[in-house]
Amino acid sequence: MSEKDPAVDMHGAVCPVPLQQKSTIVIGHGSGGKMMHDLISEVFIPAFGNPILAAGNDAGLAPAGSNSHYAISTDAHVVKPLFFPGGDIGKLAVCGTVNDVAMLGAIPKYLAAGFILEEGLDISILSQVVQSMRESAEEAGIQIVAGDTKVVEKGKADGLYITTAGFGEIIPYPHPIGGQHAQPGDRVILSGTLGDHGIAVLGARGDLGFESDVKSDIAPLNHLIHAILQVSDKVHVLRDPTRGGLATSLNEIAKQSQVGIILDEKTIPVKPAVQSACEMLGFDPLYIANEGKLIVICAAEDEEKVLATMRKTDDGQQAIAIGEIITDPPGRVLMKTLIGSHRVVDILAGELLPRIC
Amino acid sequence: MKYIDEFRDPELAKATLDEISRITTRHWVMMEICGGQTHSIKRFGLDQLLTKDIELVHGPGCPVCVTPLEQIDKALAIASRPEVIFTSYGDMLRVPGSGRDLFAVRAQGGDVRVVYSPLDALKIAHDHPEKEVVFFAIGFETTAPANAMAVAQAKLMSLQNFSVLVSHVRVPPAMHAILGSSANRVQGFLAAGHVCAVMGYWEYPPVAEKYKVPIVVTGFEPLDLLQGILKTVQMLEAGRFGAENAYTRVVTFEGNKPAQAILKKVFKECDRKWRGIGTIPMSGWCLSDEYAQYDAESRFDVSAITPEESPICIAGEILQGLKKPPDCPAFRVLCTPQNPLGATMVSSEGACAAYYRYDNPNVSQGD
Repeated sequence: MSEKDPAVDMHGAVCPVPLQQKSTIVIGHGSGGKMMHDLISEVFIPAFGNPILAAGNDAGLAPAGSNSHYAISTDAHVVKPLFFPGGDIGKLAVCGTVNDVAMLGAIPKYLAAGFILEEGLDISILSQVVQSMRESAEEAGIQIVAGDTKVVEKGKADGLYITTAGFGEIIPYPHPIGGQHAQPGDRVILSGTLGDHGIAVLGARGDLGFESDVKSDIAPLNHLIHAILQVSDKVHVLRDPTRGGLATSLNEIAKQSQVGIILDEKTIPVKPAVQSACEMLGFDPLYIANEGKLIVICAAEDEEKVLATMRKTDDGQQAIAIGEIITDPPGRVLMKTLIGSHRVVDILAGELLPRIC
Repeated sequence: MKYIDEFRDPELAKATLDEISRITTRHWVMMEICGGQTHSIKRFGLDQLLTKDIELVHGPGCPVCVTPLEQIDKALAIASRPEVIFTSYGDMLRVPGSGRDLFAVRAQGGDVRVVYSPLDALKIAHDHPEKEVVFFAIGFETTAPANAMAVAQAKLMSLQNFSVLVSHVRVPPAMHAILGSSANRVQGFLAAGHVCAVMGYWEYPPVAEKYKVPIVVTGFEPLDLLQGILKTVQMLEAGRFGAENAYTRVVTFEGNKPAQAILKKVFKECDRKWRGIGTIPMSGWCLSDEYAQYDAESRFDVSAITPEESPICIAGEILQGLKKPPDCPAFRVLCTPQNPLGATMVSSEGACAAYYRYDNPNVSQGD
């Protein structure tokens, strides 16, 4: 240890000019967080802007004649590795889009799939992925009715990318369902544990130096949603907390509906293995991706009914109420911590980074 | 989760908070050294629950935050070279250099890879003999031993294509710098538990003695932090100074001897610039003469890069505990995690990031 007196200029150098990632796409633009939202509002909305897109949901609600609507959505899948505990890119490609369509309270009907294949890919791998898509489509009760195939040079894709577009029929319901319809007093219900998918994929990459038995939670949620809508006519929002996790989804809803959300930390379910991985890596399970979890926001009087229905299903056995919608502060998510204080739960900023120590 | 939940027990936390209130007779200012502690304090809202007489100021213990601009610029220059695979811990990728960050270098074609351990970087070097593999060795006493180990391994393996860009820093000289400053307000320290797990706390009694302050080794969970605060208040109220340990389940007085041995072998103490603070004498580690061949700075001739910081943010004063993030006019306005003006907003351990993420801007935090 130095025993010298510090001859330090304590008011010396400070920080550099701001960095604006405005000219180049960086990885954080795909994180599902604030950077991606900025990109959407600065590049896509001005070009495509229309009232359906402006609603800001995962699926667009398009009129189909005088009294009915279609839900339309698309999702691109670039997961690495292609196969991981609990699923693969094929299952993800089907469930991701089915779920986006179902979140508007629609019954998903048909999917179209586009395949971008890298030169050198084993056809047996492609067959395995396609077989998995078939099984997931059967599970979801939908058909894949159109497709496209492109091949790119070696090194231009991680084996294979899949985009899917989905189409669903809006079922009769007393009011529209969507992120903009949360109301003060509503309850926030979560269908199960957080972070399983993100940690399963990270673990499967094999570069974290740990093994776990965590499986991805990928599942089509349309049957669960259908069951909920059968018993309650007071569901206002349905959302699957995928990239950016629960925290980012709830922030989106708070902003869309201009309400506040207060969560109770002790109710939020996280598997011990996921919690351990997060503690080690410096991640917060609130920000980790899920692919088979559902947020339901409904009127308080229907909370028990919705919970009971969810708990009877495979994908909703661990359903639990985690918070409620409040008036103030609008656009913000707060959390009552385990030890009784309150803090803000913000949207994910950019890429989720493991911390140094 | 075992070994975590027990240290987040609401009842025990409340009892400790009550005891702190009971024994506190006046206003005390204490600094938690480590950015991980700052985040726990904000994440669990401990500062809201503590008596207003206890003022916590946030120390310089965020390794990402204090890595000087010139080291970041050197990293950017090296990572941009076509023959280089540049490896780093994840959270360094977003730290702004003079004009861009490592993410931008990657977007422009540089081979920048996130690794979770320096040994992963060694493996990349072994697997890519045609490339120069550089690891960005930053951090405090916590990360330094593993980085030292990687350099020692490289030598054992006779790996010629591996080098490290070193920016390691040490806690005790920073404590001297803070306590010796004429602007100092800190009356007691919560020493960084993870640093002490490696180094022990045998370095601290002379510091406590010289400046007549209590230094209490403190962990990271809510109960650990409250225990550290309680012990510090007890010492302050009794007029006692010295180094004590409130994190006995992890830290011993001697620390991890093999880790200290490898540090001594691979590194030597040297002057080090801290971002936002300035140069603190003998506050860093550089490669020892025996391992100098693994120094990326000389291998890639980047020692001439000496950028100047522009005085926009107050990270320096925050890192010294003189100011808090909301005191900065840019906080939440110009400066946000996705557009950070300073390193304290970039890192998940930075004080500004902690305030941004966990505090409600519409509610006064009372500090």
